[in-house]
Amino acid sequence: MSDLHVRSAARPELLTVETSEGAQGLQRRDLTTKSELGRELGAVLRANGLTLDPNDVDVERSDDETMIINMGPAHPSTHGVLRLMLELDGEFVLRAKPVIGYLHTGMEKTGEVLSYVQGGTNVTRMDYLSPVANELSYSMAVEKLLAVEVPERAIWIRMLMAELNRISSHLVWMATNGMDLGATSMMIYGFRERELILAFFEKTAGLRLNLNYVRPGGVAADLPDGWEDDVVVICDTIYERSFEYDELLTGQPIFRQRMEGVAPLSAEEALALGVTGPLLRSTGVPWDLRRTMPYLRYDEVDFDVIVGTYGDNFDRYAIRLNEIRESVRIVRQCVEKMPRGDYRSQDPKVTPPPRARIGESMEALIHHFKLFTEGFAVPAGEVYSAIESPRGELGCYLVSDGGAKPYRLHVRAPSFVNLQAVPLLMRGGSVSDAITVISTVDPIMGEVDR
Amino acid sequence: MALEDLQHNFLTGQVEDLVRWARRASVWPATFGLACCAIEMMAAGAADYDLARFGMEVFRNSPRQADLMIVAGRVSQKMAPVLRQVYDQMMEPKWVISMGVCASSGGMFNNYAIVQGVDQIVPVDVYAPGCPPSPETLMHAILTLHEQIRTGEILRRREEHRPTHIQPDSWTPEVPVAVRVGTPK
Amino acid sequence: MDAGGPRRSKGGNAEVIPLPPSAPPGVLTSDALASDAGFFPTPDQYLALVRALKDDGFELCADLCGVDYLEHFDRALPEGVTPTRFEVVVNLLSLSKRVRVRVRVQAGTKEPRVDSLFDLYPGSEAMEREAFDLFGILFDGHPDLTRILMPEEWEGHPLRKDYAVGRVPVQFKEAPGPR
Repeated sequence: MSDLHVRSAARPELLTVETSEGAQGLQRRDLTTKSELGRELGAVLRANGLTLDPNDVDVERSDDETMIINMGPAHPSTHGVLRLMLELDGEFVLRAKPVIGYLHTGMEKTGEVLSYVQGGTNVTRMDYLSPVANELSYSMAVEKLLAVEVPERAIWIRMLMAELNRISSHLVWMATNGMDLGATSMMIYGFRERELILAFFEKTAGLRLNLNYVRPGGVAADLPDGWEDDVVVICDTIYERSFEYDELLTGQPIFRQRMEGVAPLSAEEALALGVTGPLLRSTGVPWDLRRTMPYLRYDEVDFDVIVGTYGDNFDRYAIRLNEIRESVRIVRQCVEKMPRGDYRSQDPKVTPPPRARIGESMEALIHHFKLFTEGFAVPAGEVYSAIESPRGELGCYLVSDGGAKPYRLHVRAPSFVNLQAVPLLMRGGSVSDAITVISTVDPIMGEVDR
Repeated sequence: MALEDLQHNFLTGQVEDLVRWARRASVWPATFGLACCAIEMMAAGAADYDLARFGMEVFRNSPRQADLMIVAGRVSQKMAPVLRQVYDQMMEPKWVISMGVCASSGGMFNNYAIVQGVDQIVPVDVYAPGCPPSPETLMHAILTLHEQIRTGEILRRREEHRPTHIQPDSWTPEVPVAVRVGTPK
Repeated sequence: MDAGGPRRSKGGNAEVIPLPPSAPPGVLTSDALASDAGFFPTPDQYLALVRALKDDGFELCADLCGVDYLEHFDRALPEGVTPTRFEVVVNLLSLSKRVRVRVRVQAGTKEPRVDSLFDLYPGSEAMEREAFDLFGILFDGHPDLTRILMPEEWEGHPLRKDYAVGRVPVQFKEAPGPR
C-alpha cells in the first residue's frame, strides 16, 4: 500500500488534487460533434417517430457564449454525491450530464463473496432510504431459486414493513424536497414523523436503517409485543399530518409556481428511458408492480394506484404525498389481516434451529453453526425478481452455480435508470428548476452507484 | 491603569481558555453526506435530536466557512480526491469526524472500490462507530470532539504531530493526497 | 452447473412466451431454464430479436447486465447454444401484456462485443455503459461508451471473475499507518 501514498510535499504537482473525470464529463462544444450534441440533448427523442435532427440543436451557440459549471459531488442539493455538469446560457440549462460513481461500493462484487445468508446485509445498504425493499427483492429472488414456501405471517409482516418503509422514504423525500425549495419547516416535519417509523423499526429489527430484517425464508424476528398499538399510532399520526403538509405546501403559491408545469415528462419519453415508479406514474401510465404484477399479498389488500396527468414536478409531488396515504391504508389492512403462525419458514435448510434447542441438542448446535459459516446451497439457475420500491422497479438478478454464494448478483436499481431522465428534464429550464428536478426524480446515490 | 480605577468585578484567565471555549461552542460542520450515515446526520440535525443544543445546527454548504468535516458514509476511490479537495479548502483550525464504520475502516466493504478508512486521506479526530451510527452516537462523537477542543492546544498545527516511527528527514508535513492509483496526470 | 434449473415457484411469469412473428429465424427458446421465458439469440440475431420483441409490445427495457461465466462454460443452456465466457442478459417488460421476457446473448470470450440497444431503448444507455465499465463488454453503436462508475483512469474491469475482490488484509495493531 505504501507506494500508493504520494506525499504532496515531495510531489508538488499533486498539491492540486485532480478531480476531473475526463471523458465521463460534459465536453466543451467545440470538442463535441453534432451527433454527440444531439445525443446529450435528447437521446430519448430518437425513440419511435420522434426523430431529432442534431443540426437543430442549439448549434449556432459557441463556447464563448455558454459556460459549463460543475454541480456536486459535494453539493447540498444533489442528495448525496451526484455530480452534474451543466452547460448554461445565462441562467438557462442547455445541456446537462450526470457524472456518477462517487459512491460506487462494489456491492455486486462483495455479493459474490458473501453467502446467501449474509447477502441481505449487503443489499440492504444499497437504497438506504428503503432497506426493506432491497432485502425483499433479494430474498424473493433467493426463495424463487430455492422454491421455499414462505409462511403466511411472514408475508404479511413483509408487506407491513415494506409499506412502513415506503412511508418513511417518501417522508424523507418530502423533507428534502422542501429543503431544496427553501421550505425548511417541511424538512423538520418530515424527519419528525419519520422518527416514529424508525422507532418502530428499531423495536422490531434492532436497527434504524439497514435492517437486514427480511431474510430468505421469512423475516428475522417476529413483531414485538404490542405492535398493533404502535402501528395504529403511526398510521393515525401520519395520516392526520399528511393533511398538514397539504396545507403547508400544496396551497402555497411559491411552492406551486416552482412545481407546476416545471420539467414535464411525457409517457413515451418515460417508457423509452425505462423510467419507473412515481416518475412513470406521473406521466399517466398506471404502472405499479404491486397492482399490475402482484407479489406478496398485494392482490388481497385494497389500495389505489395514484396516477398523474402532466408528468411535471407537481404531479410527482402529489403522487408521493398520496402514496403516503395509500400506504397507510395498506398498513391498516395488514394490521387487520395479520395471520397467526410462523414468522419464518420451518424448512431446516434455510432456517436455523430455535435458540432454546441449541442448548439441548448437539445436532441443532452443529446445524446452527454450519448455517452461519457455510450457508445453504442454492440450486443452479438464474432468476429475476422485481418489486415496487418507493422509487420504481427494484429488480434482483441472481445467478447461482449451485453453491452457497451467488455467482452473480445484479440489482436493477430504479434510481440508476431514472437518473437518465435528468438531462431531458433539465433542458431549457433555469438553474433553480434544475434543483427541483433532481429533487423530484429522487435519486438515491447509494442505489445508483451500488 | 491601576486596579482601583476599575468599576466592576473581574476575573483573570488565559486567552487560550477563552479561545478554546469559543471554538468549542461554535463548531460549524460542512455538509459532507455520502451515504446512509448522511441520512442519520440529517436526522440528528432535525427536530428530534436537535444539534442546535450544541451550537452545531449550522451546516455550512461551503467548506470555506466550515470547521468540521463529518465524513458520513463510505468513501469510494472516485470520491477520495474530491474529499481531499474539500478538506484542503477548509480553513484552519479544522477537525474531522469519521462517521460510521465505512468511513472509519471500510466496514463490510473490503473491496476494490472503497478506501479502507478515510484516515488514509485526511487526519481524523474522532471515529463514530455504527452502521449507521444512530444520531445519539453522532452526538457522542461531537461531544467528544468538543472535549478535545476544550482541552487541546490552540496554536499547534496538525503537521507537528510527528509519528515516532518515521524519521524526521523522510517526514514531509502533509498527509497523503489520495490513494487512488494513477491520480497524477 | 446442473441442467435442472430452478423449480418453478408460485407467482412470477412462468408461462411460455412465444417468439414474436417478426423475430429472426433460428432463435433458440427455453422456458425450462429460467423463471421467465428466455431467448438465446446469437450476437447477429440479437438486435433483430429485440426489435421484434419491441414491436410485439415489450415497451420497457427493464434491465441489462453482463455476466462473466469464466468458471462455468458447462452451464445449462438449450441445445445448440455455444457457451462463451461473457453473457449479456436483457430483461424486457411488456406493460400491456404484463409479462417479462429475458434475452441472453453469448457475447464472446476474448473480446465480448454485441450491438447496442440504444436506438431501440435509449434507456439502456447507462446500463450498457455499466456493463462496459464493470465487464469490458463492448456495445457497437453506443454513442458514449465511457466508464460510468469507476474513475476514468481505472485499469481493468472489476466485476470480471479474474479481477480480485481487492480485499485489504485487516491489521489490528502495530499497523504502520500512513501518518
